[in-house]
Amino acid sequence: MSAIISVKNLTKQFGRPPSVFTAVDSISFSVEKGEIFAFLGPNGAGKTTTIKMLTTLLTPTSGKIQVNGFDPSQQQDNVRKSFGIVFQDPSLDDELTTYENMDFHGILYKVPSDVRKKRIHELLEIVELWDRKDNLVKTFSGGMKRRLEIARGLLHRPKIMFLDEPTLGLDPQTRNHIWSYVQNLNKKEGITVFFTTHYMEEADRVANRIAVIDHGHIAAMGSSDELKKQTSTKTLEDAFLSLTGKKIREESAGTIDQLRIRRRMFKR
Amino acid sequence: MSTIYVLWLRQLKRSLRSRSRIIGSLGQPILFMVALGFGFGPIFQKAGGGNYIQFLVPGIIAQSVLFTSVFSGIEIIWDRQFGFLKETLVAPVSRLEIMIGRTLGGSTIAVFQGILVFLISLAIGFRPASYINILLSLVFIFLIAVLFTALGTAIASALDDIHGFQLIMNFLIMPLFFLSGALFPLNNLPSVLNIITRVNPLSYGVDGLRGALIGASHFGLMTNFFALSAITVVLLFVGSYLFSKIQI
Repeated sequence: MSAIISVKNLTKQFGRPPSVFTAVDSISFSVEKGEIFAFLGPNGAGKTTTIKMLTTLLTPTSGKIQVNGFDPSQQQDNVRKSFGIVFQDPSLDDELTTYENMDFHGILYKVPSDVRKKRIHELLEIVELWDRKDNLVKTFSGGMKRRLEIARGLLHRPKIMFLDEPTLGLDPQTRNHIWSYVQNLNKKEGITVFFTTHYMEEADRVANRIAVIDHGHIAAMGSSDELKKQTSTKTLEDAFLSLTGKKIREESAGTIDQLRIRRRMFKR
Repeated sequence: MSTIYVLWLRQLKRSLRSRSRIIGSLGQPILFMVALGFGFGPIFQKAGGGNYIQFLVPGIIAQSVLFTSVFSGIEIIWDRQFGFLKETLVAPVSRLEIMIGRTLGGSTIAVFQGILVFLISLAIGFRPASYINILLSLVFIFLIAVLFTALGTAIASALDDIHGFQLIMNFLIMPLFFLSGALFPLNNLPSVLNIITRVNPLSYGVDGLRGALIGASHFGLMTNFFALSAITVVLLFVGSYLFSKIQI
């Protein structure tokens, strides 16, 4: 097996001195080809920041990254072709239909028209949205949007799938559905899956290996059993709490919440 | 090419689907044409300026194009906050193509808006000097649209969130409109105002439109055309640069 993602001494700092905030502090890890790898950590631990650096959205302050053999800060387009992503926040265009969102993605990734049509049909059938293909996305529930985002992320046949809290706020049925689909994909197509989650039992059930990240550091890494053994605990949740402490984390209230309210005012 | 096309198409689909927005943004120009046009008409006539509606309409067309295009550019802030921008930024396409596609999309919508206002102005009594020159006026409408969409893009790329929006509205868009000669002739202005109107890019757009539609121009059509084109090119570069620097 060879590493498809490798990260060495990766650091990301925000702000300028004297008020520098280090979101990710010199972390190193690697993900093997075909592996399902989970990033666990409390709010504000640096999970999303790491994913953003892996996916070319942020440039690292220092450190080395290789994704599918390419450097995200130099060979951006090669890296971008290698992965599909489901973001923590929805990233669909609400004013477009299901099909249009898929088609838009396919054109951006230069999937030839006939292949695109076939794959969109296939994928939408799998996520059970084919009969809603002409509906505007704004009429969809959270679970439907998530399913569509996963289908969209797979349209260009990526080697790696990044899932940033893909099941946040979904009911158990939908979560189960999504995970069995992702696992199946991993087995059949050998797609490497890198995901973050707050649900311990998801990581326990799905991931081959888990990295626990806190305050920008990797606190522990290994299979679920290894983590339990290391902390002499019985469940992954206890292992997690023993590694990261019981203090509740504060995340600054983002402008996004204020904006959601404002947007409603602006609309129509 | 396909990237530019699909981003252009997206802008168009979005705007055609929110009909209320199209109708809503016609309200202001109609109000300006009716209230100012008929309100100041008699005074303007007495002062020897001729028919005020004839004078005013090119300015109001420019105003509606200005507003629509700056807003299209600024829409990037929405896309950024509500996630869709990420989808385009992780795609293996150049930032320049994304920027061009969006700008052309926004400009196309603004041009349509300008044409709509022109058609409405015909209903309230505006008569272009010659119908052949309408084609020339389309060139100016297009230039104004591209210029200010690029400006909106540049601003939106540099802003973190929508909180600066009111600031842009009151300290940029409104002054651009009021100090452009859209509402009053540029002759014999106090010297400060004279300088301001000369550095305001919209002045050349308004004047170009006026030249094309009623055959009276202050700067001359060639000056207008080259001034607008030059500023548009500069803003496209600035906009692309700032857009390429966006980090989410």
